Amino acid sequence: MSQNSGMKTMLNGIIKENPVFVLLLGMCPTLGTTSSALNGLGMGLATTFVLISANVVVSLLKNIIPDKVRIPAFIVVIATFVTLVEMIMQAYVPALYDSLGLFIPLIVVNCIVLGRAEAFAAKNSVGKSFFDGLGMGLGFTMALTILGTTRELLGTGKVFSLTIFPENYGMLLFVLAPGAFIALAYLIAIFNKLKKA
Amino acid sequence: MTYVLIFISAVFVNNIVLSQFLGICPFLGVSKKVETALGMAGAVAFVLTIATIFTFIVQKSVLEPLNITYLQTISFILIIAALVQMVEIILKKISPALYQALGVFLPLITTNCAVLGVAIMVIQKDFDLASSVVFAISTAIGFGLALVLFAGIREQLNMLNLPKGMQGIPSALLTAGLLAMAFMGFAGIVK
Repeated sequence: MSQNSGMKTMLNGIIKENPVFVLLLGMCPTLGTTSSALNGLGMGLATTFVLISANVVVSLLKNIIPDKVRIPAFIVVIATFVTLVEMIMQAYVPALYDSLGLFIPLIVVNCIVLGRAEAFAAKNSVGKSFFDGLGMGLGFTMALTILGTTRELLGTGKVFSLTIFPENYGMLLFVLAPGAFIALAYLIAIFNKLKKA
Repeated sequence: MTYVLIFISAVFVNNIVLSQFLGICPFLGVSKKVETALGMAGAVAFVLTIATIFTFIVQKSVLEPLNITYLQTISFILIIAALVQMVEIILKKISPALYQALGVFLPLITTNCAVLGVAIMVIQKDFDLASSVVFAISTAIGFGLALVLFAGIREQLNMLNLPKGMQGIPSALLTAGLLAMAFMGFAGIVK
């Protein structure tokens, strides 16, 4: 595999098939964890780790796993890495672990991870699967960080906890539940527009 | 009385879709028609309740006594996956009519994060079995309520002439945002 095609696979995940803005997968963590830019970034990176590891392992095992039980087998692989992430985050970044809460174990049911394992890693080489996982993960991270930044800025006037404008001028709504839907709606609309141009 | 509080809290105040963001995929995916929305809501209610009972029993009688609670995520997702398969097979045999109505939606439910989410939430909130069941059923009702309301609005939305970029998902999300705002009005009824 040349360096070029790895790059191409990766860019594909970041822009052309961006999991959030284009494929519309993994909506739950996208909406649920982006009340601030930092939370979005943390969730994105945790998912990226699971995506890469699950993709590589599934790709390694693709000839051993019988076709009939492949979905349960994939789920076990994914769940293993999610448990790892859970333990690592609890140990090293307890504050982030607390604010993401329920959404960390729920990476297991994130459709992107199982979707990439089934649609890509089960058919492609280890190297390609690695880059696919990396691209998809970075695309997801990018989308979550953008959404988190937008919501944090509009809601509290801060970005990564740095004050941009006074909090009094912020619209609290954007940090709360409805703001997540509304901000994502406009971001997807903008992405659609840019993609066509 | 506590059961009533759990019910109101799960259906209105902490609605699973509109304030907890769980089960968004089916919420956006099968909400184009009220009929399919009802089917999905029924299937989710069914699986959610059974799955919560099973995972609760496994947590209390296997994971906790053996001190292996770190296997929670793995074991819960396997139980749910197995359960969905089993429900599908049993339903096919026992009640073909019900299977016809819910069949298409069953395989989709394994990856519905609401199911795993509720199973884990019940453990985190330290409920007993009865409260867990009430919580599961009320959550499912809340999910169904949001889904059917949303589907009703989306049916109307299809007839509007929207700017190109806003067609489809963006306008649906915007609607969901407004619905979430409406549900915020329930905040404070129950703590």
